Amino acid sequence: MKLTRKDFLRLSGLAPLAIVGTKAVRAFADVAAPSASAKNTKRWGMVIDLQKCRQKEGCDLCVKACNTAHNIPQFPDKAHEVKWIWNQPFESVFPFEQTDYTRQAYTGHPIPLLCNHCANPPCVRVCPTQATWKRKDDGIVMMDWHRCIGCRYCIAACPYGSRSFNWQDPRPAIATSNPDFPTRTKGVVEKCNFCEERLARGLRPACVEACKEEKAMVFGDLEDPDSEPRKLLRSRFALQREPELGTSPSVYYLV
Amino acid sequence: MFMFEKAFVGSRRYWVWILCLAGIILAGFLCYLRQLTFGLVITGLSRDVTWGLYIAQFTFFVGVAASAVMVVLPYYLHDYKQFGRITILGEFLAVGAVTMCMLFVFVDMGQPSRVLNVLRYPTPWSLMFWDFVSLGGYLLLNVLISLVMLGSERQGVSPPRWIKPIIILSIPWAVSIHTVTAFLYSGLPGRTFWMTAVLAPRFLASAFASGPALLILLCLVLRKVARFDAGREAIQQLGIIVAYATVINVFLVLVETFTVFYSHIPEHIQHFQYVFLGLDGNYHLAPWMWLSVLLSVSALVLLLVPKWRHSPRLLPVACVFVFVSLWLDKGLGLIVGGFTPSPLGAVTTYTPTWPEAAIVLGVWGIGALMITVFYKIALSVREAH
Repeated sequence: MKLTRKDFLRLSGLAPLAIVGTKAVRAFADVAAPSASAKNTKRWGMVIDLQKCRQKEGCDLCVKACNTAHNIPQFPDKAHEVKWIWNQPFESVFPFEQTDYTRQAYTGHPIPLLCNHCANPPCVRVCPTQATWKRKDDGIVMMDWHRCIGCRYCIAACPYGSRSFNWQDPRPAIATSNPDFPTRTKGVVEKCNFCEERLARGLRPACVEACKEEKAMVFGDLEDPDSEPRKLLRSRFALQREPELGTSPSVYYLV
Repeated sequence: MFMFEKAFVGSRRYWVWILCLAGIILAGFLCYLRQLTFGLVITGLSRDVTWGLYIAQFTFFVGVAASAVMVVLPYYLHDYKQFGRITILGEFLAVGAVTMCMLFVFVDMGQPSRVLNVLRYPTPWSLMFWDFVSLGGYLLLNVLISLVMLGSERQGVSPPRWIKPIIILSIPWAVSIHTVTAFLYSGLPGRTFWMTAVLAPRFLASAFASGPALLILLCLVLRKVARFDAGREAIQQLGIIVAYATVINVFLVLVETFTVFYSHIPEHIQHFQYVFLGLDGNYHLAPWMWLSVLLSVSALVLLLVPKWRHSPRLLPVACVFVFVSLWLDKGLGLIVGGFTPSPLGAVTTYTPTWPEAAIVLGVWGIGALMITVFYKIALSVREAH
């Protein structure tokens, strides 16, 4: 077959399409594959013992520790709140984990909520700039506040309401500023980072550290069968938030 | 520039209209500057309802843009000559509508200066990326097609042959923009209101109803203000398209409603309850949604009875009903309804603020200005021959 100059130009026009095509097919295959965590060296996870958590009424040490560690602004207006970890009543977190007749048992009990650092995170799937991504070596769902365009698609995609948007400049609303951690700007999304900055220094997350009396929060590597969280999960019944969505959360709740 | 000189010659009425639009655009722009300074806090959006009017308008106008295919397809694929005079209007409408879509996404960004990150870090597994690609491609296609077609009309020659395959390509492309836009919503695990396979077909049906309805209205306005006659048969044929599309849309809505209410799954039903009946004492969306239903049903009656559809008085009424009804449905209920109740069961009222509304109006103004100028050019070229 003779290739004319025109044909060649036409074909070379198709080449980028082919590249994008293969990239897309691979990407979708990745998404479809069951959690690729098998190769991960680590998968950080947390087990929250609600029995211990219940012992101290009105306790919010974990929330306060996180707020200070991460320069989280405090806005009085609920609509524009920014939060990484917070308490929410049992019935709104696990609406289908109770029957009509046992409803009273845990109603109103606060459940600490944070990013689930899902093995299969929908927020990562939808982000158009890869400003949020899952770190391969330890499974933490990360955020790049310098790349985020503030489209809030990840907030729509997160089935846990774990993400916050900076509707305004957060800096004036930071009570005590921690110089070791960056502040954010208006117009970007943020969320719990499992204290990756502390993990890098060999420390446990700030919330876990703050709960040192009750030890209701247990942090460790879910891939390691001998880790603290794995031991707990072996011995007691645990819940994940909406596991039926296929997200595979890394935060577990012992009821 | 390309025939733009024709946009600078016009009657007094033309200039008054242009000035009005310029005023609206300026007001919107000033409010946008305020948003740039203070952030999206100036809107009615909140932690639970994170997308509102902006993204809803974007969704609605993707439909208007896609609907150009409803004049392009009969004319180019079926050689339906009656649409010959209005295809260019459809294509220009698409150009204006796609531009509005892009602006609506832009004003919704928290960090608009970083918007090009979408192209710097292309992410094929994100539907938002594909929406950029499909919308951008559709804009280019329609700009190219309308310029080439108008150019050859001005010179009194038949259009070059290479444009035909591009026109044919624009047909599936139009379907793709609205399908991708539906996929933006329907693939999210926690948002049951949108998670329905019927969303993309519904988007297309409502688009093919609201877009041609708008085109009919525009043709009637042009007849009044520019002595342009689209032709009775073309208008009537568009009326039939609006009728069919409205029927299909209402059917799909009923299908969805049945599935949701009969299965009675709380996660699915509660959004419909919120939108149509109110939830936790929060009814602020319900009256609008019922108005949308009422308008759709009335339009359906007007469109289905041939005598009424043929009536030059009632057809525009039906078109206004269709347009407003679908605007309420897609431009209001769809987005806010998807966010309420939130994944944690919170029912939050979303009320757009004045600056937010002004920004929306400003983008509408830009769309209207573009369409005015394009139509002026197109009709001037035509008059010259």
